[in-house]
Amino acid sequence: MSTSPAPLLTVRDLRVVIGDSHILHGVDLDVAARGTTALLGRNGSGKTTTVRGILGLVPRTGSVLLGGEETVRLATHSLVRRGIGYAPEDRGVFATLTVAENLRLAERPGAGQPAYDLVHELFPELGQRAGQAAGTLSGGQQQMVAIARTLLNGNRLIIADEPTKGLAPKVVTEVAQVLERAAEAVPVLLVEQNLAVVRRLARHCVVLADGRTAHRGPAAELLADADAARRLLGVGRAGHDGAGPAPAGASAGPAAHPATRTEEAEV
Amino acid sequence: MTTATRPRGETRAADRPPVTRSERFRRATRWWPALPLVVLFLVPYSALPLPGLLDGPIGSPGNLQLLSLCLVFGALATGYDLLLGRTGLLSFGHALYFAAGTYVTNTIMLEAGLPFAVSAPLGLLAGVALSALLGAVSLRVTGIGFSMVTLAFAQAASILVQRDPGGVTGGEEGRAAPADKLPAALIGIEHTANLYWVALAYLVVVLLVVQWAVRSPTGRVWEGIKENERRVEVLGLRPYGFKLTAFVLAGALAALGGIVHLLLTGGATPQTTTSDFTLSLLVMVVLGGSGTRWGPLAGGILYTWADHRLGDLSGSGAVTGLPAVLRVPLSQPLFLLGALFVAVIYLLPGGLVRLPARLRAARTLRAATGGKAAL
Amino acid sequence: MSTVVLLALTGLGLGALYFLVASGLSLIFGLMDVLNFAHGALMSVGAYGTWWAASGHLPGAGPGGAGFALAVVFGTAVGTVAAVLLELAVIRPLYARPREQILATVGVGLAVPALLSAIWGADARPFPGPEALSGTVGLLGAEVPLNRLVLIAAALVVLAALRLFLGRTRHGLVVRAGVEDRAMVTALGIDVRKAFTLVFAIGGAAAALGGAIGGLYFGSVDPEQGTSLLIFAFVVVVMGGMGSLTGAALASVAVGLVQQFANYYTTAGLGDLAVVVLLAALLLIRPRGLTGRLA
Repeated sequence: MSTSPAPLLTVRDLRVVIGDSHILHGVDLDVAARGTTALLGRNGSGKTTTVRGILGLVPRTGSVLLGGEETVRLATHSLVRRGIGYAPEDRGVFATLTVAENLRLAERPGAGQPAYDLVHELFPELGQRAGQAAGTLSGGQQQMVAIARTLLNGNRLIIADEPTKGLAPKVVTEVAQVLERAAEAVPVLLVEQNLAVVRRLARHCVVLADGRTAHRGPAAELLADADAARRLLGVGRAGHDGAGPAPAGASAGPAAHPATRTEEAEV
Repeated sequence: MTTATRPRGETRAADRPPVTRSERFRRATRWWPALPLVVLFLVPYSALPLPGLLDGPIGSPGNLQLLSLCLVFGALATGYDLLLGRTGLLSFGHALYFAAGTYVTNTIMLEAGLPFAVSAPLGLLAGVALSALLGAVSLRVTGIGFSMVTLAFAQAASILVQRDPGGVTGGEEGRAAPADKLPAALIGIEHTANLYWVALAYLVVVLLVVQWAVRSPTGRVWEGIKENERRVEVLGLRPYGFKLTAFVLAGALAALGGIVHLLLTGGATPQTTTSDFTLSLLVMVVLGGSGTRWGPLAGGILYTWADHRLGDLSGSGAVTGLPAVLRVPLSQPLFLLGALFVAVIYLLPGGLVRLPARLRAARTLRAATGGKAAL
Repeated sequence: MSTVVLLALTGLGLGALYFLVASGLSLIFGLMDVLNFAHGALMSVGAYGTWWAASGHLPGAGPGGAGFALAVVFGTAVGTVAAVLLELAVIRPLYARPREQILATVGVGLAVPALLSAIWGADARPFPGPEALSGTVGLLGAEVPLNRLVLIAAALVVLAALRLFLGRTRHGLVVRAGVEDRAMVTALGIDVRKAFTLVFAIGGAAAALGGAIGGLYFGSVDPEQGTSLLIFAFVVVVMGGMGSLTGAALASVAVGLVQQFANYYTTAGLGDLAVVVLLAALLLIRPRGLTGRLA
């Protein structure tokens, strides 16, 4: 699998310390310039914190390069204005605001015309419900608002944190369709537990364990390998996952350390 | 003033068998607070003048009165810091428990005609009961909600006291303590020294109680609550009971302070019930250094001294000669204290007492990096 | 009947004053989690600014007619500037330290009244006002002092203006969204700190206007006036729900009326007591409404 074009987003040694507890111990990940990169891992492995760390929503150290520019010292709003659309884990919809107001808030004055045509084409329902308070929408409709906000601007990157969580199967398919279409134009960093969705959308994947990068490689290969998937993603019963840092290009590590990079990818 | 501010370092040192010279030195210096205590004890016998700081000799009744107030407020701030600095509770109603000690003791003497020796324990008991009751209720909410509930209760009590129900509290005038119910040795200008020693004894009691409580297992839980309440819960402990213990203990110390203040000033005044009174305690603690052994004491002494002396100073030639831009604000102690408070929050997080430690830490850091380089 | 009308309108006038203070307090707390203990001081600044201008120190301003209107505008402007300075110089550097923010406002709340009394004395100063507003008007059989009606009118104007601002402008939209979820607003690429300064300016303006017109109601100004009103404004903010403008308006009316009627029909002071106890009770009954954001 070639990763020839330079990655759009390059994260190195991302660390997050909140209070006196370390949540991330050094995450490395690349978001390819095309297609969807999935960020995977068990519950509590640090996926959401990684996303929040990239965006500067939690205090972080390390390096976050967006299109080659170091952004780790930027405030969240400055970073986002460089072209990031973010649909957070809990959807982040403003419940007391109407659908139209939620979308208007995502407009970036001075950054071109907002793409309402695209949004209304993808989600005709949101046009009909423009005046409704977003808090009264169903979970799926709220997720559409959240995704619509990321599509409104000509973003360079979309970050979606568990966009299918808690949705009915039919709605999951709809959301996946939209993301698939979005990913044709814009690279997507997708945090996802639903492996069917990952299989459908993701070209690349990064797996976290205990706040570190445990594996990086093509998504299809990981999902094809039942053992590795079980060990890394906790699908079914799995043994203890040791969490050493992932040395780049390390050769096969000891079996007790499944967290080394090439081993998983090649098995 | 600096070695003993690290109690944990000391205990660790004491556990280790081999005694080096510096350990011996530390053990010896552990008892250094005895020295200022002796000095403070002897103050009434001193005729030494402290020009600029005090008018006339230290031992004069006027100065002894001021020093007594300094000690009482230093102790009061130390007790208040049990909540703010040790448990992380921001109470805006601490004046209530202080005033409970004052008013209940005074009212029992006045209305029931009981002597001070009986009224004072009842006043203390009232403070304990009130802080237990209101603390139990207030602590059901957390964060700024707790602060506002405590503020509301204290404000309610303050309104009540100032409305003078049934002529019991004396309204906005307050009520003088009945001289015939007080011990003879604690009344009159010739006995100011005795009152001073009472204030000093109160300070010692507060320091010992706070130190003992903070080092106890409960005190360690308080520290945990202050750092991260949820983690204490994860450990299977209910923070509520521990917070209530801190609240009642601080309330009891405040009530005791109220009783001492009643003796010192010879009466109960409604100013001690107001939220401004609590805010001044807050200023003292933050000024001196919240969560430290000596910070609140230093802040309390400094604040009380400044509050009394800056008022006198503003009438003196030194200030009246200044141009209006400087003279006008300088004539208001509260302005200076408020401004100083804000400045301390910015420039000296941790208060005045952390200043030497911070300077030293900067020095040791430099020395340590130098030493490592040599190795 | 005439007593009831008079009490009701006096209560509404007092409620209007509370609303002018509490509306800003509520928006600031809702958006920033800062309980602004200096908000009463901002009101005092407005009162003294107006008093200073109306006493003939500001050319064109005076105690009557257009001169008084100019004095009120001046006082409000001074209060607004003071609020913006407070946010930029005191609150902003402490964004990462929420408790210190509150403590710093406590310090400012102590220092400002002290400064006012250093300059103009601690005693109350008679407040100049236009002849036209000092009389009474017959209403439903009661002789109602006009200054109450002025206060009510001012509060209604402020309420309408704030509703328009919050409902119709992009800045208002950002403020409403920020009250719900500050982090998400920044994650949409909006600099929420600008909204912080803005709500401080708005809150300071409303409080200063309250101080300016409150001077008419009380007939005098003194340095502690604003601070002593603050606790009742807290009651209003908690009762109305943090960050809710309509809630603050309704709660202001309720608190003002309860206070007036209870003080009149029972013993004086019981109304104040009742309101403060109400604060404690409300917090205990619905702690989540308050501490959900803050704990």
